[in-house]
Amino acid sequence: MTCVGLLALQGDFAAHEKVLGELGAESKPVKKPADLAGVQGLIIPGGESTTLLKLMAPVAMRPALEQFHAQGRPIFGTCAGLILLAQETLPPQESLGFIDIVARRNAYGRQIDSFLALGTPLTDDLSAEPLEMVFIRAPKIAQINPGVTPLAECRGEVVLARQGGVLVSSFHPELTQDRRVHQYFLKMLAAG
Amino acid sequence: MAETQFTLKTGLAEMLKGGVIMDVTTADQAKIAEDAGAVAVMALERVPADIRAQGGIARMADPTKIREIMEAVSIPVMAKARIGHFAEAQILQALGVDYVDESEVLTPADEAHHIDKFAFCVPFVCGARNLGEALRRIAEGAAMIRTKGEAGSGNVVEAVRHMRAVQGSMRKLTILGDEELMAAAKDHEAPYELVKMVAQTGKLPVPNFAAGGVATPSDASLMMQLGAESVFVGSGIFKSGDPQRRAHAIVQATTHYLDADLLARVSEDLGEAMVGIDISRLDDSELLQTRGW
Repeated sequence: MTCVGLLALQGDFAAHEKVLGELGAESKPVKKPADLAGVQGLIIPGGESTTLLKLMAPVAMRPALEQFHAQGRPIFGTCAGLILLAQETLPPQESLGFIDIVARRNAYGRQIDSFLALGTPLTDDLSAEPLEMVFIRAPKIAQINPGVTPLAECRGEVVLARQGGVLVSSFHPELTQDRRVHQYFLKMLAAG
Repeated sequence: MAETQFTLKTGLAEMLKGGVIMDVTTADQAKIAEDAGAVAVMALERVPADIRAQGGIARMADPTKIREIMEAVSIPVMAKARIGHFAEAQILQALGVDYVDESEVLTPADEAHHIDKFAFCVPFVCGARNLGEALRRIAEGAAMIRTKGEAGSGNVVEAVRHMRAVQGSMRKLTILGDEELMAAAKDHEAPYELVKMVAQTGKLPVPNFAAGGVATPSDASLMMQLGAESVFVGSGIFKSGDPQRRAHAIVQATTHYLDADLLARVSEDLGEAMVGIDISRLDDSELLQTRGW
């Protein structure tokens, strides 16, 4: 049975857990490197990326995630997760660099600028139906480098992208009722 | 539209889960909080311990201060408005703060009514001592509930009382028959529809955080184990001997709240904690938690 790890240091990991449960997938919280044993993939949830970095360092999560990634196990990052997975961030801060994009933090503005909108899938794997997207103090993908595939866009920005086993979204599919993005990630796990 | 607003407002609270929100009065303190791993900061003029000590009318912070704090950090910035003072809240929204705390720590501006929080795009957090109070605030549009505790006391006992009251009442509702819910709504002085919703789910429809008197990593762990989804720390950090170290320790403790070995490690050698107050020695008129209706 597929088991998805949820990086549970801080953020909305419980919302992801609920979605995975609805889709019949097992999940478990990951607070320490040892918790990565026995999970086939990992979700890095929304939250505050600066806080997540402060919580990753004392438990040596970075080398563990590097090994996890090197083993080809898929990782999906939403919002703060996207920022942590990016090659580079603006303004500069530490990141894992698992996907060759530049992420601009809080690019849409403050909470008052948070919004809900319909986005457009760019791949048949998500079907062409518009996708409801929630953006909360969201980052933008400021630059996509070769090797990264855009999978959805909204208001002229790429908001879902993939490189190999790494999937990132600047929006929060865990906060809506549309399950296509999580289903897509579970298919990545099954294929891996 | 109302549903969209609710998703966006509670959405930010979802992102703050498992984190620590720290009271700060200056941009420098905000930087220290962010560097320690705070998930958000609460901008205010005086921390509750000073409000308690100095007395006088406590109001919304000076917009200059709030702006400085917003410029200093990239994490969300919250700010407090007086209970019922919707004009302060309008100003805070215009400043672009990320959350407004309609707070009993400030001197109430209205002794009968709270702010109509549906009238705002900015989300609100409100304090509650029991389930009825929590549901009344949610019915007014609050997108996050926190315990009131007794702010500025350095004593966690009231936060524990309030969290236990809310959690216990919710558990009791889940075993009632449908025909008993109207009487329960009457007892709790809460809207029937919300009482019914809690009876079905066993939890509040918005995130439920802890606040008021949290001063140590073990206090944070205690509140998380009692069902809090995040922790506010007011005076506890910047009224202590080594704010940086204590802030870092409370952040780690809130994430790893079940890991006693780690809690022991981060609790070591934190220096002087804030001086606490025995609540039973406070006069009723000195309590902040009784403000709110």
